[in-house]
Amino acid sequence: MQAILLLEDGTVVHGQSLGATCEVSGEIVFNTAMTGYEEVISDPSYLGQIVVFTTSHIGNTGINYQDLESSHMHAEAMICKEISQIPDNYRAKVSLDEYLKKQNKCALFGIDTRFLTQKIRNEGCLKGIISNIDFDIKSLTKKLDSSKALNHKNAVEIYKNNNVKSIKNTSNKNKKYKVAVFDFGIKQGILNSLVALNCDPILFPYDCSAEDIKAIQPDGLFFSNGPGDPAQLANDSKILSVMQELLPLFPSFGICLGHQLIGLAFGAKTKKLNFGHHAINHPVKILDRSESKVLMTSQNHNYILDISEFEDIFNVTHVHLNDGTLAGIRHKNLPVFSVQFHPEANPGPRDAEYIFKEFINDMNKNRNKNKDVINA
Amino acid sequence: MPKLIDIKKILIIGSGPIQIGQGCEFDYSGTQACLALRDEGYEVVLINSNPATIMTDKETADKVYIEPLTHEFICKIIELERPDAILPTMGGQVGLNLFMELHKKGDLEKYKVKAIGVKAETVDKAEDRREFKSLVTSLGYDVVRGDLVSTKEQARKLAQELSYPLIIRASFTLGGTGGGIAFDENEFEKLVDAAFSASEHAEISIEESIIGWKEYELEVMRDRAGNFVVICGIENVNPMGVHTGDSVTVAPCMTLTDKEYQKLRECSKVIFKEIGMETGGANIQFAINPDNGRTVVIEMNPRVSRSSALVSKATGYPIARISAKLAIGLTLDEIKNEITNVTSAAFEPTIDYVVVKIPRWDFDKYNDVDGKLGIQMKSVGEGLAFGRSFKDAFQKAWRSLEKNIDGWQNSKNKFSVNELENLLQTPTPALFSYIKDAFYLGFSIDKIYELTGIGKWFLYQLQELIHEENILTQSNSEISRSILFQAKKDGFSNKQIANLTKNSILKIENLLKEFSIKPTFKMVDTCAGEFEAQTPYYFKTYEEQNDNRISNNKKIVILGSGPNRIGQGVEFDYSCVHAVKAVQELGYEAILINSNPETVSTDFYISDKLYMEPLVEEDILDILTEENPYGVFIQFGGQSPLKLAKAIEQKGFRILGTSYSAIELAEDRNLFGKILTKLSIKAPAFGTAMCAEDAIGVANRINYPVLVRPSFVLGGKGMAVVFNESELLSYFKNALKIDSSKPVLIDKYLENAIEFDVDLICDGENIFIPAIMEHIEEAGIHSGDSSCVIPSYSLSQNNIDKINIISKMLALELKTIGLMNIQFALYQNEIYVLEVNPRSSRSVPFVSKATEIPMAKNAAFVCLGKKINELNTNIPQHCLNKFNIKVPVFPFQKFPDFTPVLGPEMRSIGEVMSSSHDFNEMLYKGYLSAGLKLNKSGIVLYLGDESKIENYFNIFHSILKDNFDFISYSKFKFKLEEIKYKIKNQEIIMIISPLNFRISDNNCEVSEISKYAIQYKIPVLSTLRSVKAFSIATLYNTMRS
Repeated sequence: MQAILLLEDGTVVHGQSLGATCEVSGEIVFNTAMTGYEEVISDPSYLGQIVVFTTSHIGNTGINYQDLESSHMHAEAMICKEISQIPDNYRAKVSLDEYLKKQNKCALFGIDTRFLTQKIRNEGCLKGIISNIDFDIKSLTKKLDSSKALNHKNAVEIYKNNNVKSIKNTSNKNKKYKVAVFDFGIKQGILNSLVALNCDPILFPYDCSAEDIKAIQPDGLFFSNGPGDPAQLANDSKILSVMQELLPLFPSFGICLGHQLIGLAFGAKTKKLNFGHHAINHPVKILDRSESKVLMTSQNHNYILDISEFEDIFNVTHVHLNDGTLAGIRHKNLPVFSVQFHPEANPGPRDAEYIFKEFINDMNKNRNKNKDVINA
Repeated sequence: MPKLIDIKKILIIGSGPIQIGQGCEFDYSGTQACLALRDEGYEVVLINSNPATIMTDKETADKVYIEPLTHEFICKIIELERPDAILPTMGGQVGLNLFMELHKKGDLEKYKVKAIGVKAETVDKAEDRREFKSLVTSLGYDVVRGDLVSTKEQARKLAQELSYPLIIRASFTLGGTGGGIAFDENEFEKLVDAAFSASEHAEISIEESIIGWKEYELEVMRDRAGNFVVICGIENVNPMGVHTGDSVTVAPCMTLTDKEYQKLRECSKVIFKEIGMETGGANIQFAINPDNGRTVVIEMNPRVSRSSALVSKATGYPIARISAKLAIGLTLDEIKNEITNVTSAAFEPTIDYVVVKIPRWDFDKYNDVDGKLGIQMKSVGEGLAFGRSFKDAFQKAWRSLEKNIDGWQNSKNKFSVNELENLLQTPTPALFSYIKDAFYLGFSIDKIYELTGIGKWFLYQLQELIHEENILTQSNSEISRSILFQAKKDGFSNKQIANLTKNSILKIENLLKEFSIKPTFKMVDTCAGEFEAQTPYYFKTYEEQNDNRISNNKKIVILGSGPNRIGQGVEFDYSCVHAVKAVQELGYEAILINSNPETVSTDFYISDKLYMEPLVEEDILDILTEENPYGVFIQFGGQSPLKLAKAIEQKGFRILGTSYSAIELAEDRNLFGKILTKLSIKAPAFGTAMCAEDAIGVANRINYPVLVRPSFVLGGKGMAVVFNESELLSYFKNALKIDSSKPVLIDKYLENAIEFDVDLICDGENIFIPAIMEHIEEAGIHSGDSSCVIPSYSLSQNNIDKINIISKMLALELKTIGLMNIQFALYQNEIYVLEVNPRSSRSVPFVSKATEIPMAKNAAFVCLGKKINELNTNIPQHCLNKFNIKVPVFPFQKFPDFTPVLGPEMRSIGEVMSSSHDFNEMLYKGYLSAGLKLNKSGIVLYLGDESKIENYFNIFHSILKDNFDFISYSKFKFKLEEIKYKIKNQEIIMIISPLNFRISDNNCEVSEISKYAIQYKIPVLSTLRSVKAFSIATLYNTMRS
């Protein structure tokens, strides 16, 4: 099928498409991972975005459903150089094409993705529209313009679409730690990592109240990843005030959007990066250890937290080695910490997996402290 | 972390001569390491026996020793230099083995030399298969079932516990010598014997077969803080069962999900940590069962390797350079990524293109060989190609082999379905051609997968190419823009498109212009475009955007030498690198084009700009059009660029140095013959023939024996000496497999003549000859296969003068600018000219090292207009006081079925050099370096007929009287088994098998003995002069303390 991509700066790219018949707009971001397209397209954080894969071949291993990061494809669409129509992997259940059709999504391929990548790198993220129905530039321009206002998709959108995963985990009852998870569009990988460390994650929507949380008497709080502008989400909801009430009470851990919200809850601000970090090879330096340790991390964010005026509240624990951006913080007095990258990987290296253990340690310490309080 | 400050002087051991399984990649890694260490302020001492390396240049290390790579010699150097540390990971398996020997014999401790980069215990753990397996298993990972055995009994017992097919391997060998796959007991017995004899330790390994599994390799780096990165994964297109060096390989990994890939990564990280890999680059191989994902760890190498060179070129991440810096204590995050300048070396490269490596085999050189590929590596070189897709890179990789291939091609045979089914089941160099045949016959992907084990994803890509071909075929003259553009994107060459659409190449070129389809160049940037890169490193493809930054500088393009092959190896890369340096010194921009990933020239630090592209007309002309350089150098890369001369000149580009017409003159025997006659220079009588009848006429005119060969070849390919008419007919019938449009050359064969070589530089007015080289072996043995000595030791002053005069006459007459190589023969006290090559030659590095005159660099200066009197041509006094020898190294051990005879066709693959003030010591060290065994007593076995025995005996007797016996095989009637035992037992120290150029097969037993001797590193000598030389070396060995 012929397809077209129109960017907000007027750039037109012709290619072909696989998957469903569709017309979709979104923010164009590029991801440089060479593996893990199944995880990427199903990562809820990509809601509202069209993801360009820089690696040449996509679809080689099909879709196996085991590696999905959520129940369905969240990226609006995907763009790549080449797509394999046959999957070559013993776990594959369907081809990428079949999956896209089932998800009613499409992939644009056969285009110069390096050109697109460099454009985004130089000009920042751009909005764009992909269509395999309408090839009229004027009409597409109009559609793109009118879609711009609607493109601020975040957790609100996830719940609006009735994809709520709230309070449903029952299989982990015998686990040691009860974790209240703020689900802003959480990746399955995070839940798996928590469960693997003996946690019972109980999911709450972004608009839950502090009382809902307190009611279950959790050992700790987890703030998940999710799509969109954190400041926008803070505006759209009462999440910051809920967090402000809860953070002093429980050991807390945040990843990506969750990390940004923790910062916002203490008064810091977020900034938008020019084209974000969407990769699985980003080096992050650990600052809270003596040796010179660098982690290869999975990253997927367009916003970063700026705590330059809040260094009396937070210690910087991790910094991005390439551009020096903030990658991890820990509260100086409270057992509250967060990272900008994805220690659960999926896709990506598992170098940062230990970070989940720090959360467990915090919950343990807190338990012992409470015990001491009770004993005293 | 601070650098190590307790060390100042570091020893690096090179990898010695080029061999199968050990190409020029270690010159690349060694050179990078030396330069990196010197950058950091350390003093570097280097030892290597291979003169044709950049690493043995004075500019690379502080102190260079071109000496035998033996424990004894290295100890001497350590004693002399007292280095503080040794970096043993840069010299391949050879370097690592020597390091282990030094360690085990206590020399490192004795001389207080600290090992950096790797610990001896780590090497032990990695190389001891049993220990490695138990370590891997203890960490919770899977391995191949099997074990090491040290007796045949144990082997049989183990075989009963496992099931066939079984893999048998010798331990501690290069490229898997002495191994094989046994499908039944019979084969098992044979292979076990072979493995025991090849193994340097008395152990062999026997394992369950995982043939047909997917094969992967990860190139990784670790620093002393424990930081770990994977530079890139490689996937083998050929499944397990074919040595990685003989497999078509691709990067990045194509058929792994992230879960599987991360499992391999995590496993590598854990193993490297637990095995104690200190710092630097290493690789680890995995196999995955395609049916159920069972993943096993195959092996790891705690050092840089052929694949780390490949991955460095594929990603732009300089593994050896970074490894060296890690070894002296820096950590990854402290080292800048010199490609982006904004990031550090602590990251994992990501690429937005595909690279495909295809090996190059020269099986036809060892004509007894069946061409079957297995776990023993047999390829002699490789071509690497980049593309934006697998198809693009795959097609280009075939072209890069320079075997007159336009892209992926069929076998051009009409096989039946049955025949193809058989052919597809046996891996051979032609496998991919058979796959194409099979697609043409309508085989399905599933069926081809069943037969070959090649992954369906790859077959799907190949099927798409077939589909593309069909579209082209159907479109005929009506090719639309989109069809043509797609074909170019998929890597089709203009010639392929022309053939498929039944058009001329010119028509296709015009269509491309008409549709404004232009090649685009993409940058190799380690980061898939995420950061703005500074790398001047590009490949060609067809897309929308061109990344290329074209400078306005005065640019010189230097054409490289392509994949290694017999007759064209690292020596030409050496010259290319020197040409680059000369170009830069004179203020020009140096642009290099090459397709051989092993080389120093394709290190993007070397030139100002690098293109990794095949050395074929279309790709080269596209780059020249893109760059519009001031001039092109074609005389440094051997025969490959020379073949492009005509096209380059016709397109209007300026060839700097000797022009195309002069090259043609030297290569055309008739024109050249006229020049010789005009200058009254003696040459063997000759003629050319297009058919057998002509040839008989010529031979009768000039008298037998005659030397026959096709024109326009390198390395004496297809050459033979024939003694009578029936042999001549048989040559035309059987031996001649060449382009029939080119004539066959027939020369009078000068029996027992002594050969001399000259590499000269000519500036159009004057010439400079640094040295005359004298061959040990008599004329008739290819110059590349005979040992040669500087200075000429048996030439009279009168004849030296003659050679100088003739050289000047020829150089001027051929209007030579730059390098020229002339081969002379002294026959009945007259000087004859045998051959002229108006280009750099194999011996240029040797001459340069012996005289300390950088010949290639000087030649490049001359090509750029300098005169000889402006160059430094003063040979230092200490060079004039010593003897130097270059000794060839043969890959016969890898071809156990081939009778190791020498002749006019070149078969050696590498070379070593030795120098000494003592001629005898020079010989001794030369043979030692070449890997031959020298003994203090034993038997010299004569295999020739009785008529010639006296000459040989006299030579033997005049040199080796004591402790040695001279025995004639035909006279004493030893049993074959007895001889073999004596060879194995080192009782026989030399075998004399007088030259027999006859095409007809050698005597069966003689052949058997020779083959067996080669496996035990016992020399098989065929001429009086070589027997004399080896006898002197042996004598020297007996006399030294």
